[in-house]
Amino acid sequence: MTIKEMMETLGLRLAAGPEGMLDREITGVYCCDLISHAMAKLDSGNVWITVHTNLNVVAVASLTDAACVVVPENIEIEEQSINRANEKQVLMLSSDKTAAELSFEMISRIRKAE
Amino acid sequence: MGQVIIRDFEIPANDFTVAGEASSTVRKLLVQLGVAPDKIKRTAIAMYEAEINAVIHGHGGKAHVEISGDKITIVISDEGPGIEDLDLAMQEGYSTAPDSIREMGFGAGMGLPNMKKHADELDIRTEKGKGTVVTITVYF
Ligand SMILES: Nc1ncnc2c1ncn2[C@@H]1O[C@H](COP(=O)(O)OP(=O)(O)OP(=O)(O)O)[C@@H](O)[C@H]1O
Ligand SMILES: [Mg+2]
Repeated sequence: MTIKEMMETLGLRLAAGPEGMLDREITGVYCCDLISHAMAKLDSGNVWITVHTNLNVVAVASLTDAACVVVPENIEIEEQSINRANEKQVLMLSSDKTAAELSFEMISRIRKAE
Repeated sequence: MGQVIIRDFEIPANDFTVAGEASSTVRKLLVQLGVAPDKIKRTAIAMYEAEINAVIHGHGGKAHVEISGDKITIVISDEGPGIEDLDLAMQEGYSTAPDSIREMGFGAGMGLPNMKKHADELDIRTEKGKGTVVTITVYF
């Protein structure tokens, strides 16, 4: 499943990052708000669901080659992070769903597609 | 890769606009050099954790990186407060990070354990009141 397909099925909004990267295949989902856990656990092509929207999130998403960051519950994304994400070509998506709903729905759909 | 590639970076204290930039630059360099993805991943994890610790706990510092044909060596040094009890600090979950830092998602006490797990060699020299030198080696 691509990021774009996930966005369409779950109604995710593009908050930052290059549209040209939306065709990337999603390899998995990881959900955690602790930076050191995310750094160790995120694999290339993973979706990272986190409530944090600070600059460190952009740095970790870039360093781990995550597919995108998904921010739940319509949490406002810090403007400096949006600018940095655009610069670093990191996709940041936004959703009204909770992190638990997002994790469940994403993992269900990825399993189904496999 | 016949010769040794050397890079040096400044790591400013408590500045999250550049925190992780040294690790990011090194990661890109390793990608360009065609190093195996799992080695790049382990290097990035270990270096990022050491870099962030210098930013947060070490009052900033420096990174010195040497890449040769068969390994990367990363030395991250600071002149911060040092680590009083290194065995304790190495334990998962131990953290002295203040609330302002925890609010950003740090402070799980997983940085040093992550370094230990992902580096092939990890050497930490630290002295209270003097500073900390972390040396990470990953073999390709
Ligand atoms: N460079 C350093 N200078 C001084 N103290 C340090 C340094 N690096 C680590 N420490 C001490 O060791 C503790 C554990 O470090 P570790 O990286 O494992 O966790 P953390 O930084 O607190 O949280 P996390 O890395 O999970 O965000 C720190 O809270 C701090 O007290
Ligand atoms: Mg740390």
